[in-house]
Amino acid sequence: MPSTAFEYAPAPESRDIARLKPSYGIFVNGEFRDGRGEAIKTINPADEEPLAEVAEANAADVDDAVAAARKAYEGTWSATSGAERAKYLFRIARAIQERARELAVLESLDNGKPIRESRDVDIPTAAAHFFYYAGWADKLQYAGLGPAPRPIGVAGQVIPWNFPLLMAAWKIAPALATGNTVVLKPAETTPLTALTLAEIIAECDLPPGVVNILPGGPSVGQSIVDHPGVDKIAFTGSTGVGKMIQKSVAASGKRVSLELGGKAANIIFDDAAIDQAIEGIVNGIFFNQGHVCCAGSRLLVQESVHEEVIAGLQERLQTLRLGDPLDKNTDIGAINSSAQLARVRALADSGDAEGATRWSPDCPLPDRGFWFPPTVFTGVSQANRIAREEIFGPVLSVLTFRTPAEAIEKANNTPYGLSAGIWTEKGSRILWAANKLRAGVVWANTFNRFDPASPFGGYKESGFGREGGRHGLTSYLESEGYLAQ
Amino acid sequence: MPSKVKTGLSRPAKTTPNKSTAVARQPATGERIAVRKTYKLYIGGAFPRSESGRSYPVYDRAGALLAHAAQASRKDLRDAVSAARKAFPGWSGATAYNRGQILYRIAEMLEGRRDQFAAEVAAAEGLSDSQAAAQVDAAVDRWVWYAGWADKYAQVVGGSNPVAGPYFNFSTPEPTGVVGLIAPQDSSLLGFVSVVAPALVTGNTVVVIASSQRPLPVVSLAEALATSDLPGGVLNLLTGSVTELAPWLAAHRDVNALDLTGAETGARVALAEAAADTVKRVFAPAEFDPLAEPGIARLGAFVETKTVWHPTGV
Amino acid sequence: MSTAFLQPGTDGSQGGAGMPASPELADVTRDNASLRRFLHGLSGVDQVGAEARAAALATRSIKTTAKAWAIDTAISMVDLTTLEGADTHGKVRSLCAKAARPDPSDPSTPAVAAVCVYPDLVATAVESLAGTGVQTASVATAFPSGRASLQTKLHDVHDAVRAGATEIDMVIDRGAFLSGRYLDVFDEIVAVKQACGAAHLKVILETGELVTLDSVRRASWLALLAGGDFIKTSTGKVTPAATPPVALVMLQAVRDFAARTGDVRGVKLAGGIRTTKEAVRYLVMVNETAGDRWLNPHTFRFGASTLLNDLLQQRHKLTTGAYDGPDYVSID
Repeated sequence: MPSTAFEYAPAPESRDIARLKPSYGIFVNGEFRDGRGEAIKTINPADEEPLAEVAEANAADVDDAVAAARKAYEGTWSATSGAERAKYLFRIARAIQERARELAVLESLDNGKPIRESRDVDIPTAAAHFFYYAGWADKLQYAGLGPAPRPIGVAGQVIPWNFPLLMAAWKIAPALATGNTVVLKPAETTPLTALTLAEIIAECDLPPGVVNILPGGPSVGQSIVDHPGVDKIAFTGSTGVGKMIQKSVAASGKRVSLELGGKAANIIFDDAAIDQAIEGIVNGIFFNQGHVCCAGSRLLVQESVHEEVIAGLQERLQTLRLGDPLDKNTDIGAINSSAQLARVRALADSGDAEGATRWSPDCPLPDRGFWFPPTVFTGVSQANRIAREEIFGPVLSVLTFRTPAEAIEKANNTPYGLSAGIWTEKGSRILWAANKLRAGVVWANTFNRFDPASPFGGYKESGFGREGGRHGLTSYLESEGYLAQ
Repeated sequence: MPSKVKTGLSRPAKTTPNKSTAVARQPATGERIAVRKTYKLYIGGAFPRSESGRSYPVYDRAGALLAHAAQASRKDLRDAVSAARKAFPGWSGATAYNRGQILYRIAEMLEGRRDQFAAEVAAAEGLSDSQAAAQVDAAVDRWVWYAGWADKYAQVVGGSNPVAGPYFNFSTPEPTGVVGLIAPQDSSLLGFVSVVAPALVTGNTVVVIASSQRPLPVVSLAEALATSDLPGGVLNLLTGSVTELAPWLAAHRDVNALDLTGAETGARVALAEAAADTVKRVFAPAEFDPLAEPGIARLGAFVETKTVWHPTGV
Repeated sequence: MSTAFLQPGTDGSQGGAGMPASPELADVTRDNASLRRFLHGLSGVDQVGAEARAAALATRSIKTTAKAWAIDTAISMVDLTTLEGADTHGKVRSLCAKAARPDPSDPSTPAVAAVCVYPDLVATAVESLAGTGVQTASVATAFPSGRASLQTKLHDVHDAVRAGATEIDMVIDRGAFLSGRYLDVFDEIVAVKQACGAAHLKVILETGELVTLDSVRRASWLALLAGGDFIKTSTGKVTPAATPPVALVMLQAVRDFAARTGDVRGVKLAGGIRTTKEAVRYLVMVNETAGDRWLNPHTFRFGASTLLNDLLQQRHKLTTGAYDGPDYVSID
């Protein structure tokens, strides 16, 4: 019998499953057409090969889309009962499930994320989100938000590239369930699954104009944000852009919800279940190449277990498999773009420059494409850039603490407040720490779990408003006195 | 924006003097000379004058001088924010029952000084005695209404979320942090209580800029608060020019949320823009009627939903 | 393949009969209180996290050459087992033939690691397996309940060893373990290990009765401290038997024990593993939890009966390209 080590043979999904088209347009008023903006090639970040040509939208297309959304809002969609809206959303949920494999492969091609994640997380969670909000559409009067909650109108939605389809679902499902219509801009580097979702929406016979999808760059986003016909802005992305959006709508009275950056602390107490904590660390920062706003990018380890945790973590990281995103055994895929790779590199270099110790597992990187190895910095201090700035990549900064109070103080010592992790086997300490942490999502003895029923959103500069759950409805219903929430 | 009162310090147009004002009337011959009160700021539980040494005259609606109030500077505002931040852990960490008790205690104290406040409100707002008394009564009742919410709000808006996995998941509303408020300009006491109480009851600490031209009743309120059980620094009161102070409040990086109820329409955009620099939550209702049923919108404006996950296993 | 390295006493394993290999662990078995302190001082196991990790490992896709390697490796790790009241000499002889040449039509098929029988059938197995390199294992110590006096249990072990068993599968006293009498369990394992002489000792924890993963971790360490060469999940008579999270925790135990003492011990999964898919998933788990140095019959075993035929059928599928049927493997 063979006695060599267990080498996993390549197990790639076929890219044919994605049913890539040579070109994609914009989706306005129920129809696909070429945008009047720039025609760009969207590329596969794993090999830099072009995937398809996308005719992006321009400001005139935004006008058309907003007009279509307005007309649908005032016409067909307002006349559609909650029960009927629900059925449309259920249809979409089912259609996503039916085309799950196609969407997963397409997502991995366009984004660079491992097929394991697009298949097991992104696509099923997107479908689940439509299922969840479908059920709300005819039950809004029971949501505890007043006897007759009213939609806001036309929602302009701008989403990022890290979970392209899932973020579209997070935005579109609650907006439609509450009776709004939508103009959505996917990220410039990852438009393909959103455009396939447009196809699904068309196949589900949604009335024209209820959902409009406009691929494009920042200028298209700005046109949507500034458009006088838009009543509500929902944005997920960087804190920098979020601030600009909040500023630019200050005068217009538009409602805004923002889901921005983070620099989450993942706190390991000395009595933690260490093996699971190590899994939580890995899942916290290396899930989706660390392209996660709620990533556990700051590891706070109690000094008495620091050595044990780091040794275990390094051993575990040796088993991570980096490479072809379509290979079913890949754990770490490609960085989404050269711009992002440059940013990750620059911040990691600052870690070296500021005296932290860099470590990565033996992990050859492919020659083509945008790649960055899983990286752990130890000896990081609170003042270092890698402990303060969002890297949005597979880079973990390790800090230590001695007492629970010190852990909380360090965890909260950031302008962000999106998420946090706690690892301890002591129940009362979990509840104490969860109470003290200034973060919108606290994962105790787990990390990076998402569910449509669970509200998600930040404190402080991580944004405001919640997505998911009953709370997620409030972002799309009229309410007294909100300029910015 | 309903407020008809300006947020600056310019003297209002003079009308027929109102002889009924208790605070500023002239003593008759042989009558005892009243001891006049110095109206100061309330920061961190203490009553400092403005560090700037400035004060400004406050007139009644007829244009008669009522008193000189402290004219807070941006440095006073800075101190007030520090005091509010320092008080936040204690106040947000107090039990909801305790916060409810403390707010209710404020109502009790106000009730006991009903006549004093009625006289001050009458003088500040140019109201009849009975109108002013009605304002005070409503203010007392408003403290009571919000006091009762302390240990109920989380039950109404929080709860467990049925996630699809072996996890217990729950959401609770938690205070946003330090809230900066611009109090209504015309309703000196009731308006003030209506915006401050909902921010306090969920555990926020506050920095409030009082009505520029009608600040006196709430300085007296602060004096009552100082002897209540409300910890120092939980409520910090600045008097002076809203126009001068509000931009500093809106831009302050350690303020988490902004209530623009008392800001002039024309000033709101700039304040909201400044607030965006640190992603503050901005609450700016188009309408404000202090006598209307308060509802719970203001409670929701200054809370953060925190969601906690934990596995369920053996 | 050669199984010569499986001969007792030639493998370098330090089953130290109650003498922990590491001086730093010498004190922990001094008395029940020390042992309890040590076992309860081990890091806890979060059940949901362990299950999630096991489930994630199960998503590995093992195809083509990797699958061929995994199937042959798995066959070589099988302890082909029959533990029925109705067992006969004939049945055992038939099983031994299968163990030595699992697939007579394809001589490249590896032999299994061992045949596992009750003590009274050991002699038959030894005779049938002579010269094949396949080991004879026997369950002893009042298997499967373990409810007998120590004297009886030791007698059971002596019987099996005298009859030629080279591997002994004992059961621990779960009652003593669950009631916190850890030193009693420890002492019993030490005594059995001594009775084994040169034979290898596999310590069955019967994890289905320990219930929690915390207990599985503690029992694993207890058995390793007492000198067990293998820790084994189950008798096969209790449900649940081997489960992925239990296997994960036991693999972590041998990994951590080796890191602490330098002493590499084995894990045997038994009970309920019937398909190639499950076996391959466990090999992935071994590979990514303990590491590839555990991926051989010296440190990892499957206790199974029906698994072997499924492995053979999958092997046929890889060779012939066509799906196989049960008529093309022997039913023994």
